[in-house]
Amino acid sequence: MLKIENLHAAVADKPILKGLSLAINAGEIHAIMGPNGAGKSTLSYVLGGRPGYEVTEGSATFDGQDLLGMDPHERAAAGLFLGFQYPVEIPGVSNVQFLRESLNAQRKARGQEPLSGGEFLKVAREKAALLRMDMDMLKRPVNVGFSGGEKKRNEMVQMGILDPRLAILDETDSGLDIDALRTVGDGINTIMRHPDKAVLLITHYQRLLDYVQPDFVHVLAGGRIVKSGGPELALELEREGYAEIAA
Amino acid sequence: MSVTTLPSRRDEAWRYSDIDAVAAAWPLPAPESIVVPAGGDFRRAIVQDKGAIHQIEMIIGKGATASLHILNIGGAYGRIELAVTLHEGADFTLGAAQIGGGEQNLEIVTTVTHAEPGATSRQVVRSVLGGTATGTYLGKVAVARDAQRTDSEQDVKAMLLNRSATANAKPELEIFADDVKCAHGCAIGELDGQALYYLQSRGLPPAEAKTMLLQAFVAGVFDGAGEETRLQQLALAKLGELV
Repeated sequence: MLKIENLHAAVADKPILKGLSLAINAGEIHAIMGPNGAGKSTLSYVLGGRPGYEVTEGSATFDGQDLLGMDPHERAAAGLFLGFQYPVEIPGVSNVQFLRESLNAQRKARGQEPLSGGEFLKVAREKAALLRMDMDMLKRPVNVGFSGGEKKRNEMVQMGILDPRLAILDETDSGLDIDALRTVGDGINTIMRHPDKAVLLITHYQRLLDYVQPDFVHVLAGGRIVKSGGPELALELEREGYAEIAA
Repeated sequence: MSVTTLPSRRDEAWRYSDIDAVAAAWPLPAPESIVVPAGGDFRRAIVQDKGAIHQIEMIIGKGATASLHILNIGGAYGRIELAVTLHEGADFTLGAAQIGGGEQNLEIVTTVTHAEPGATSRQVVRSVLGGTATGTYLGKVAVARDAQRTDSEQDVKAMLLNRSATANAKPELEIFADDVKCAHGCAIGELDGQALYYLQSRGLPPAEAKTMLLQAFVAGVFDGAGEETRLQQLALAKLGELV
C-alpha cells in the first residue's frame, strides 16, 4: 500500500531524513519509535505533503501512485489521513462544517455523490460516540479551547468520519490520560483494523502499543530506520532505551 | 464632512483615495442625512458594489440605537464615509467588511462623535485584499468635554492575500473627557499557513480551504444585521473570486 524507498528530506536546507525505506501492506499496523530529533515528525509531514519539507532524493508511492507528486488534498482524497501531533486551532470554523466540506471534497474527487447534512450528521454522531466525544464539541470551532487530550480525540473523530485507508498518526498518544489512551486505542482499532487498511503509528512510548498491537515495530534514528522487528522490539526499547538499540 | 473643493492626498481623510476617481465623480452630492430620534431604533445594510462614493451624516438621539452593516466590494474605487454624532446614552454599531482584488481601492472613513455622556459605539471592520488592491480604514472617535462614561471600541483587522496588496488602518482618538473607555486595535496579517495546511490535509482543495478561513475571518461583522444572510452570501461570493 505504502512504499517508501531511500527517502531523503530536508527542512530549511537541513537534511533530516537520510535514506529511509519502509513498506506497509494492507492489513498491517506499523509502529515507528525513536528518540527526539530522529525525524519521526518529518516523516509524517513529508508523507502528508506539508509545505517546507523538501524531498531531495528517493520516492514514496501509495497504491503505486507517486505520493510525493500529489497535493495535500489529493493525498487525502486518495485515502491518506495524517493525525497531527499538534492539531491546529481554527477560530470561526466549526468542526462540523469543516469535516462535512472536507469529506464531500474528498468524495467529489473520487467521483462519489456528496453526503447530505442529515447523512453526514449521522456518521459524525456515530464516530463521536465511538471516541466518547460530546456532539457539542463537534459544533464548536475546530480545536479552539480544546485541551490537549480533546484535540487528539478530535483527530480520531475526524479519522473516523473521513474513513481513510492509510492513517499516519504522529504521537497521537501524547497528552492523553490513561482513560483517553484506552478510548483512542479502541477507536484506532475499530476504525482502522481492517484487511484493506493500514496504520503507521509514530510514538515515543510503548503504552499506546498495549492497546493497538502493531505487527511491525521500527526504530528511527538519525533519519533512517536502524532496526525493525515484531511487537517485542517495542518492549525491548522500553526496557533498554534507544541509546542501546540505535547505537 | 462636506468638502467644497476637490480633495487632494494632502487631506488626511483622502490620503489613500483614488483622487482621479474622486475628480470624475466631482462635485459630490450632499451627504445622505439620517436622524434617529430619541429612543429610536435604526438598522441599515449597505452594499457598495458599483464603485461609488457614499457619504452619510447620522445623528443618533438620546437613548436611541443605530446599527449600520456595510459590505464594500465593488468598482475600481468604493468609499463609504460616515459622520456619526451620538447624544446622551445613544448606541452605535458598525459592522463592515471590505473585500477587494485586482486594482480595487476600497475605503471606509468614519468620524464618531460622542457629544454627550453615556453613549456607546462599537466598530468592527474586516478587510480582505488580494492582487494590488488597497483597503483603508480611517476611523476617528471624538469625545466631547462633558461626554463622560463614553464607551467606544474600534476593532480593525485586515488580511492580505498577496504581498502586493495594501491595507491601511488608522484608529484615531480625540478625547476631552476624563472618564471614558476607548478601546482600539488594528492588525494586518496573512492567512495562517498552518491552518491552511491542516484544512487541506483533510481533503479541502487550496481555494476552498482559503475561502473557509476567510469566511471565518469576516464572519461576525454582520451579526445582527437585518439582511445578514444576503450580506454573508455576497461576501462569500466575492471571497470566492479572490482566492
